[in-house]
Amino acid sequence: MAELATPPPPPTPAPAPAPKPPANVMPPEKAVPAGIRKVFAKHTEGTLLPNRLWPTDVWPNPWKSASYRRGALVLSALILAGTGAAFFLREIGVPLAALRETLHRFAEANLPQVPSWAAEAVWILAKALVVLHIILFNGLFLVWWERKISAHMQSRLGPIFTGKWHGVLQTAADGIKLLLKEDAAPKEKDSWLHSLAPALVFVPVLICFTPVPWGRDLEAANLDAGVLYIFAWAGLSVLGIVLAGWASANKYSLLGGLRSAAQFVSYELPRSFSLVPLIAIAGSLSLTKIAGYQEGYWFGFFPKWFLFYPVVGQISFVIFLIASVAETNRTPFDIAEAESELVGGFHTEYSGMKFSIFFLTEYAYVLLASCLLTTFFMGGGAAPLPFLSVLPSWFWFLGKTLFFMFCFLWFRWTFPRFKIDRLLDFNWKFLLPWSFVNIVLALPYIYLWKL
Amino acid sequence: MLELANLGVFAVVAVGFAAVALMIAWIVRPEVAEEGKLTPYECGMPAQGSTEIRTHIRFYTFALFFVLFDVETLYLYPWAVQARSAGLPGLAAIGIFVGMLFLGLLYAWKKGALEWE
Repeated sequence: MAELATPPPPPTPAPAPAPKPPANVMPPEKAVPAGIRKVFAKHTEGTLLPNRLWPTDVWPNPWKSASYRRGALVLSALILAGTGAAFFLREIGVPLAALRETLHRFAEANLPQVPSWAAEAVWILAKALVVLHIILFNGLFLVWWERKISAHMQSRLGPIFTGKWHGVLQTAADGIKLLLKEDAAPKEKDSWLHSLAPALVFVPVLICFTPVPWGRDLEAANLDAGVLYIFAWAGLSVLGIVLAGWASANKYSLLGGLRSAAQFVSYELPRSFSLVPLIAIAGSLSLTKIAGYQEGYWFGFFPKWFLFYPVVGQISFVIFLIASVAETNRTPFDIAEAESELVGGFHTEYSGMKFSIFFLTEYAYVLLASCLLTTFFMGGGAAPLPFLSVLPSWFWFLGKTLFFMFCFLWFRWTFPRFKIDRLLDFNWKFLLPWSFVNIVLALPYIYLWKL
Repeated sequence: MLELANLGVFAVVAVGFAAVALMIAWIVRPEVAEEGKLTPYECGMPAQGSTEIRTHIRFYTFALFFVLFDVETLYLYPWAVQARSAGLPGLAAIGIFVGMLFLGLLYAWKKGALEWE
């Protein structure tokens, strides 16, 4: 009892360990050059923001981490390997044409009982399947890329585990998950239209890819009215979105669908008007001919891309770029599915495969818009400098398209969303009048100077 | 003709993909019936009324403007392709046509038809 009564000796307070500075602290004077620091200080004085660009005592200097350096190394190696492969593969349009000839001759020689158009039908079917797989792979890649870019722009990691290397297989895993998801929708929905809407959104996008020239002699079909054809089919997608909104039996879906229709039809106008100067200068509606017209160099080194036609090219480019972002329903023009206002907009009541078809289509339209920007304004597969044409045209087309796709993802994480009245005002009172003015500005290029 | 064949085959492949994807999902997905899942999702509150509501007249106005100007595109593109060979008479004709529509846009603007109220 006595033992229990004696209180235990009071614990001696352990000396608090001195705060240890992180290993890779860099004094701000060294981290940022003096000039930049001065400018930066002017804006941060009296605020809680750190007086330096990258607070190395809070976040470590990323370039000191082995993971960052390894990532940079792997990326450079990938780009180098791609360039090398492109250099040795050369133009793939030529061997593909030879392959088609071989197929025709094989059919003529060995299968006399089948009609002569069957070989061509098989060839076109193969082309359509290749384009379909480009769209599917683009969806897998772009969703992952967008998640990585958005994560890194917000100092996060993004998908990191699935597929070992930086979560590359994340989208594939998500796709399998979506396939196995239950289809939960209100019982008041219009069942038939509810299922038809995703199909109606997807079908036009594949058809839109028919005249896209992926490189020299690498288009599925050289359509004479290619530009008109693409705009006509792309316009059908909005029907699917309105239908999805209507069939869902949800007021937010309905509003999302209607807003989307208003936005889509409005931005279609400056988008098509901005191309009139280009069509008049190139004298054709065929994408292949438009891309071909921009080959060659001014003064022997400056590419003859439409983007570089003084004044007219730049106005056209800006209008077309803005309208393209609006047409793909992406931020800052995503009022159709504004998460913070309309739950999920027109696809609120969609889940599983139906939802993933909407998702796939959105990313396919990003690819289409990037391909069109490349074809119309950056000369398609034309090399930026004469000596760089040792690399094949499809390599340059791919590079420029990837650049524009990056821009689309970049916009999403840079600009806030428009309100619907501002959005329509911007279109009808700014873009549309300027696209008219642009046609007038282009007249000298059409009639006087042939650049 | 060959180009139109392309269109047909692409359309068949697109429809086929959409149909097959939806059908596979229809076969493999589970169906666990539950009352809550079958109600509209409107911010978590029970939905009030039906969706067959009146919508704003503005949507109709913008659709009308769209039809007007989209038809204009349809006339502008053929002119643009033949702009050089049509020469000055062609330019004058299309100038009058586009100018009238542009005046129409200015009139609608002045009248306040482009305002979202």
